[in-house]
Amino acid sequence: MSEQPTLGGATTPSVDRPQASNISGASVRPGDRVFRSAALTAGAIVLVVMAAIAVFLVYRAVPALRDNTANFLTFQQWFPDNDPSTFGIGALLYFTVLTSVLAMIIALPVAVGIALFITYYAPRRASQTLGYFVDLLAAVPSIVYGLWGFAFLAPRMTGLVQFMDKYFGWIPLFDYRPTNVPNNLSPFTASVILAIMILPIISSISREVFRQVPREQVEAALALGATRWEMIRTAVLPFGRAGVTSAAILGLGRALGETLAVTLVLSTAYEVSLHITENGGVTFASNIALKYGEAGEVGTGALIASGLCLFVITLAVNFTANLVIRRQRSA
Amino acid sequence: MAVLDKSAPATPVEGLAGQKLPPWALPALVGAVVAVAALLWATTGFAGRAGFLVFAVTLYLIAQSVVSFTVEGRRQSVDRLFTTLMYVAFLLAALPLVVITWYTVKEGVGVLSSDFLFSSMFRINPEGPGGGIYHAIVGTLIQSLLATLLAAPIGILAAIYLVEYGGGRPFARAVSLFVDVMTGVPSIVAGLFIYAFWILALGFQRSGLAGSLALFILMLPIVIRSSEEMLKLVPMDLREASYALGVPKWRTILSVVLPTALAGIVTGVMLGVARIAGETAPLLLLVGTNQRIEFNPFSGTEDPTPQASLPTYIFEQFGIAVGNTEAPAFQRAWGAALVLIIIIGLLSLIARLVARLVRVRG
Repeated sequence: MSEQPTLGGATTPSVDRPQASNISGASVRPGDRVFRSAALTAGAIVLVVMAAIAVFLVYRAVPALRDNTANFLTFQQWFPDNDPSTFGIGALLYFTVLTSVLAMIIALPVAVGIALFITYYAPRRASQTLGYFVDLLAAVPSIVYGLWGFAFLAPRMTGLVQFMDKYFGWIPLFDYRPTNVPNNLSPFTASVILAIMILPIISSISREVFRQVPREQVEAALALGATRWEMIRTAVLPFGRAGVTSAAILGLGRALGETLAVTLVLSTAYEVSLHITENGGVTFASNIALKYGEAGEVGTGALIASGLCLFVITLAVNFTANLVIRRQRSA
Repeated sequence: MAVLDKSAPATPVEGLAGQKLPPWALPALVGAVVAVAALLWATTGFAGRAGFLVFAVTLYLIAQSVVSFTVEGRRQSVDRLFTTLMYVAFLLAALPLVVITWYTVKEGVGVLSSDFLFSSMFRINPEGPGGGIYHAIVGTLIQSLLATLLAAPIGILAAIYLVEYGGGRPFARAVSLFVDVMTGVPSIVAGLFIYAFWILALGFQRSGLAGSLALFILMLPIVIRSSEEMLKLVPMDLREASYALGVPKWRTILSVVLPTALAGIVTGVMLGVARIAGETAPLLLLVGTNQRIEFNPFSGTEDPTPQASLPTYIFEQFGIAVGNTEAPAFQRAWGAALVLIIIIGLLSLIARLVARLVRVRG
């Protein structure tokens, strides 16, 4: 069987099997050649765009970086159009990573719970509808999350913030120092919003992974007398570990670049602070959205330089997630 | 595995052969816990509705574990604990979805009127009431359409390359990897790139078209991925039957493979449109805002104005309201948000309907 030439167009006809290439009609007629190159060009556009993003961001960032008199990596303020020009991504990097990682920590257990619920607890007939329902969270635009976070969520976080300050205030993270009532335009509120926004992506990927758990393992565990949770702990979770990890990383990548939800919720301040429930904070994306209007020539270059950093970080995060998932697939 | 090995053969397995809670026990427990929590809530008034919920759920988890542990044993009580936790996780996700939808409708429905939908903000005092979003709806529809006209053909062709011609070659593998990576490009970075390329390097003005170019970058990987999945589902037999009849490969793809996968591809494209219709960040950089109706997406900042769009309109009104949630501008922002959600919801609904229609036929 294995020696028979495959007829499918998807397999490449090799030189020593000319009859195969004739049957599959590949690359002999002019129409084929034209169509093939059109498809190839479309595929190449992906690579060209990705390369162009890197090239043009670097090209526009370099002059501004040359004008910068402060340390780009550690300086926390953003005055690119001053003379001398001083700007740095210290605060941006800190708050971007902080809010995204917090969002991932909040979202991950809930998302895995949802995925397990939909695959193993909900009635089978309802599971598709429930999955669609959770995916609807991804359809809500970022700016609507921002409006909602500002007008609805932030005012209602006061009780939680005061509770955490009272009982967990000895952890600097949850310590709320100002004496007035918090209005919660804080990195913590931003993290909660981001967590809601990345729930659907983490849970839908986890769902796919859990669905692929070999039926025999699940049934073997149940046949040995395991309860449903013991079955999940011994058969499902070990199988899904890599998939869930990469889902979490992809969710992190999504949170890193989220713009308007964060912009509307944070009351911008460029000081790095451990106290996440206090007002303040600024991320790569929110800084760009806030400063592009007033930016001069150096300012625009500086924003592009910060965008380049964000691009590199998300690129690294996404590559990692893809590596994890591809390794799992090949194993 | 340790749990599984424990089951001793001679004695009855702990928790399985033992006593079980009667079916009425858990609903009764829920009732009891809610009653206790409500009583405490009414007498002490500890922390609002959210506090009540958290308290009741925690109390229920503890009560359920204790009851189940004493009657059924450890393994069953752990199982029940996690079953409840799964339900709670799902409700935790459903809660924000319901609350966001409810709140948007509640805040937005007040300003909705035919006047709001069919007039612009031209010659309207931005601080006062009145005005509408017609110009923004027009802009959003035209910019999304333009992005789709670019992304759909290129995306479908790229998917055809990956499925029909790529065949695991290094180049195809690279394209496939970068499609995944491209999905993760933040929208604001796509916006900055078009800004650096289209406006700074090529010298064009900010316009609806520039926004569409950024939306194209965001939409392309979505279209490629979904079309690829659909093309992979087309049975090999169909292609082979066509080849056997002497049909060239390109005709086979165009008249056999694509029609078979078409509905799925259309679904993917429409979900892609739904994803980009709400994108704000790139439009903020590349299009800007306008108070008038502008049908021409090529119209730039200097001749005389670029297009508005719903997301940038919301951002603009949010800015005008300066944090005052009672301001007319804030109400307009909610109205626009409601319309935007409805448009996106309709798009996804139609996409799902198309998908379902075809599943029945296939």
